[in-house]
Amino acid sequence: MNTTIMLFLLQDGITNGAIYALLGLALVLVFAVTRVILIPQGEFVTYGALSYAMLATGQVPGTAKLAVAMGLVAFGLDLFFARKSLHARLVARAVAVDIVFPLAVCLLTYALAGPKTPIAVNIALALLIVAAIGLFLYRIAFQPIAHTSVLVLLIASVGCHLALQGLGLVFFGAEGLRGPALSNVALAAGSLRFTGQSLAVYGLTVAFIIALWLFFGYSLTGKALRATAVNRLGARLVGIRTTLSGQIAFLLASLIGAISGILIVPITTLYYDTGFLIGLKGFIAAIIGGLVSYPLTAVAAILVGVVEAFSSFYASNFKEVIVFTLILPVLVLRSLAAPAVEEEKD
Amino acid sequence: MTQRLPLIIFALVMALIPLVPGIPPFWIVLLDNIGLAALVAMGLVLLTGVGGLTSFGQAAFCGFGAYTTAVLTTAYGVSPWLTLPLSLLVSGIAAVLLGIVTVRLSGHYLPLGTIAWGIALFYLFSKLEFLGRNDGISGIPPLAIGSFKMLSPGAIYYAIWIAVLISAVLTLNLLDSRTGRAIRALRRGHIAAEAFGVQTPRAKLLVFIYAAVLAGLSGWLYAHFQRAANPTPFGPQAGIEYLFIAVVGGAGYVWGAVLGAGIVVILKEVLQSYLPYIFGGQSQLETIVFGILLVMLLQLAPSGVWPWLMARLPLKAARKTPDTSLTLPARERAPTTSAVLLQLDKARKQFGGVTAVNDVSFDVKAREIVALIGPNGAGKSTTFNLITGVLTATSGAISVLGRKVENAPPQEVVKLGVARTFQHVKLVPDMTVLENVAIGAHLRGASGAVASMFRLDRADEARLLAEAARQIERVGLTDQIDQLAGSLSLGQQRIVEIARALCVDPMLLLLDEPAAGLRHMEKQRLAALLRQLRDGGMSVLLVEHDMGFVMDLADRIVVLDFGTKIAEGTPEAIKKNPEVIKAYLGAAA
Amino acid sequence: MSALLSVSDVHIAYGKVEAVRGVSLEVGENEIVTIIGANGAGKTTLLNAVMGILPLKGRTMFAGKDMATLDIEDRVAAGLSLVPEHRELFATMNVEDNLQLGAFRIAKATAARSFERVYSLFPRLQERRKQLAGTLSGGEQQMLAMGRALMGAPKLLMLDEPSLGLAPIIVADIFRTIGELRAAGVSVLLVEQNAQAALQIADRAYVMELGEFVLSGAARDIARNQRVAASYLGFQHEGESAV
Repeated sequence: MNTTIMLFLLQDGITNGAIYALLGLALVLVFAVTRVILIPQGEFVTYGALSYAMLATGQVPGTAKLAVAMGLVAFGLDLFFARKSLHARLVARAVAVDIVFPLAVCLLTYALAGPKTPIAVNIALALLIVAAIGLFLYRIAFQPIAHTSVLVLLIASVGCHLALQGLGLVFFGAEGLRGPALSNVALAAGSLRFTGQSLAVYGLTVAFIIALWLFFGYSLTGKALRATAVNRLGARLVGIRTTLSGQIAFLLASLIGAISGILIVPITTLYYDTGFLIGLKGFIAAIIGGLVSYPLTAVAAILVGVVEAFSSFYASNFKEVIVFTLILPVLVLRSLAAPAVEEEKD
Repeated sequence: MTQRLPLIIFALVMALIPLVPGIPPFWIVLLDNIGLAALVAMGLVLLTGVGGLTSFGQAAFCGFGAYTTAVLTTAYGVSPWLTLPLSLLVSGIAAVLLGIVTVRLSGHYLPLGTIAWGIALFYLFSKLEFLGRNDGISGIPPLAIGSFKMLSPGAIYYAIWIAVLISAVLTLNLLDSRTGRAIRALRRGHIAAEAFGVQTPRAKLLVFIYAAVLAGLSGWLYAHFQRAANPTPFGPQAGIEYLFIAVVGGAGYVWGAVLGAGIVVILKEVLQSYLPYIFGGQSQLETIVFGILLVMLLQLAPSGVWPWLMARLPLKAARKTPDTSLTLPARERAPTTSAVLLQLDKARKQFGGVTAVNDVSFDVKAREIVALIGPNGAGKSTTFNLITGVLTATSGAISVLGRKVENAPPQEVVKLGVARTFQHVKLVPDMTVLENVAIGAHLRGASGAVASMFRLDRADEARLLAEAARQIERVGLTDQIDQLAGSLSLGQQRIVEIARALCVDPMLLLLDEPAAGLRHMEKQRLAALLRQLRDGGMSVLLVEHDMGFVMDLADRIVVLDFGTKIAEGTPEAIKKNPEVIKAYLGAAA
Repeated sequence: MSALLSVSDVHIAYGKVEAVRGVSLEVGENEIVTIIGANGAGKTTLLNAVMGILPLKGRTMFAGKDMATLDIEDRVAAGLSLVPEHRELFATMNVEDNLQLGAFRIAKATAARSFERVYSLFPRLQERRKQLAGTLSGGEQQMLAMGRALMGAPKLLMLDEPSLGLAPIIVADIFRTIGELRAAGVSVLLVEQNAQAALQIADRAYVMELGEFVLSGAARDIARNQRVAASYLGFQHEGESAV
């Protein structure tokens, strides 16, 4: 085997793996806090990527309007569920979060969008839009059924995926899009070339892992999220609003998804439905990580990326088969190691 | 007969529909699709709704069924009817292989695992040369009887709906049987089921295979209906949709699968044909609306449409009145009190660094009531779990009638005649008292899944139910026999657990806090029952906090504190034991 | 003077089964009130419903406000706190984080004072502050659960079976602390199976049977009651039968 090819494949795999790691981290985060298995994670990726790509061409993506529409629905739900104990502070909060915030983002997008808008502004706008969508998605679809079983949440999650993917087609069309690179720098080290883009991928992945670690380890909000994950009732008993925890978890996940999308859209053409498969690979990593461990998930994600790179070279036809079968030996190992006495579930 | 009436009416209506003059052929196609989807969903009802095993991968099993017949009929010219058993076999074998890996997974790993192999199989179907890759296989011959070829949707309609009806009846039969009860107990955790001899891994694998075979059947029919097979209908999206159908209809209800299939297939059709008119040709709108409706439905009726509908219809489930004259063979009893039934010799259990049971030794003789008392966390329930095989002792020996059981699984321990109740009641709340108690007699029946599907188990079943009814009468709950166990008070549920344990025809009865939540009179009745059981040759080991009850009833008392036995003796001696007073009873005594 | 907590004619049902039937109760300022009764009498159910974990029918007032529309989190913010039977600690987080989260709803400056107070009540927790909650002994976990609840500076602390599964000597410690709380201005509503210990430190007591209060009054009088003595304070006196 040729060393150059091998190094190249390895590099390619690690770049993709880093993206899967980000998505896997988000999935673990959301599952831990809300018990939702976040199938629409892939849509956050495409929404982020394609909103950014459209903004780069000077157009306003439909996602901006979607955020406003979802905000209105969220507002309705907030008022409806609080109808017995409406008070000014609650209404003010609902107006601010559900109406003013998405409307401001939308208006800002219309005001700033143009062919000459700097990349950084476009990125910020795309992130804001997707963050709003993620937040409202939890409020609308999951908060009312937060107490139900993982299965019901999972199916609702699938429903969200279908709806968002369909909307993706409406907003972005069936044609694929590419976005401008974040930087055009290129470095060479021996036979390997590092583009600025792939360096950004590594850098941001590492930065995110560190940021998440700091957030969960040291901030009170982060600790409250962890506490919600460890013991829901315990969290409520100290006054942590688990609904708020859920919203924050979704907000973070949508941000991470959108960033992943923005990172890869300059490298590969993304279509409105590409996100699903990318998200699922983050999933494989998350499952290998047991849906609890962040470092293990990151390592597993790199592994998934590398396996994918190598199998696309040697057996490109069976690339997906191999990647998704990867999970079976892991599951076997997990089931062998499973404790004799299971916790009972309802 | 009255129970079969709705079914016969339904069958007749379905049979007449294609004969209605002027019915659009398109409607028949829709009904064909509903039937095909209902078959898969029915498997999911058993797997997910009843057994608690969520699978997103059922579409892949349809693929196995469809591709098996597609390859055999087109490449080798095999007759479609011959490929039917082969299609089912291939789906079944695939299920065994995947099931061995998958069903042992707990919690959310299971659905995630099924998503993963569902996708992997989809890509496999679309990449394999001999399955025609993405284009699939076309030119599959139609089903034919003699020279009558089922070419039209109206012709294969009967094949599909006969399959649906037969599958529904077989599934209902299966659920209403010894095996069915074991399956229905799976969802509530495996500990209780295993304590009565149910081989839970085998039961899980069984439903997994059953669901896969139904999906394979649907795939086989599909291949001959479409006369072609390509990967798309067997992909992850379809797998998700089948699960959706089961949940919409009401996971857990066989007819819910048919209803759910009807709702979803028609809804999709309506959305596909009318949305473009309303919104002007936008693509994929139906997916959006479909997704949104799905989320809304889950918020409004998370348990599905079928139970919602049934609650509004004046239909009543038929009462089962077991013929209590039937009996099961009973165990031989030790004639004297000298025989040692249960012996613990320095039994020890450590969890990590914590010693929950610390070298505890005691025994229970035949015809004896022994009480195990001590503060919470003293290791009483752990001791029960060691005896019954739920936990394996770290060291020491435990024997029942001289047989070593410290490494035996619960299913083996119960065979020796050790039956138990649980501190936290473990009944299946949506099963009747009778059905719950009949689980206790699981090992005293022999009929398997296939026998019960074809109703060859009725004699066996009648004896099991008779035994259950007799034990319910014995504990005084005959009035509640047809109620759902979940609707009883906690105290009554504990008594149901005792009846269930009695169905084992045990030598030794292990009762974990049986008197908790009982009124004074009920406690006295329980004490009388336990004395009567002892006099009939049974031994009882019980954990109980109610000292009045224990002191009155027990022949001997063993006191545990921090996992260690601190005293053993008659109630009189224990009451006066200073160490017991200090650790447990308190100075007031 | 109106009571700090007042519960009137409360019914709590699980499906069709009524676990608590028409119960009324009051806890005043600086008062320790105990509810004693057998397993399954409905004591835990009642506490959980007052906290907002379970829905109830009836009227619940706390510090002069109707709690009907308040969530658990609002009740915590209003100064009501529950240490539940299973303690519900954050097992994979350390002692200090558990305590810090106990002060989630209050200002940072107040939290610092809460830390001091809790550490002085339970010096053991300070020694173990970097240890994971799940690895503590039963007694230490109970201290942590109480400490976490006290971090939020509650007006009323509800304790569900604090002595459950603890060594007698630790139980004595816990009960001594409960007494100190009253001195520090915290009212306590105590549910206990260890009726004897509970009646010793309580001002008033309710006896619960099958979802109803069958007896109430000054703790001293309850302790002397024949029926209570027979049912809850160990075994019957010789020759006497339980009624």
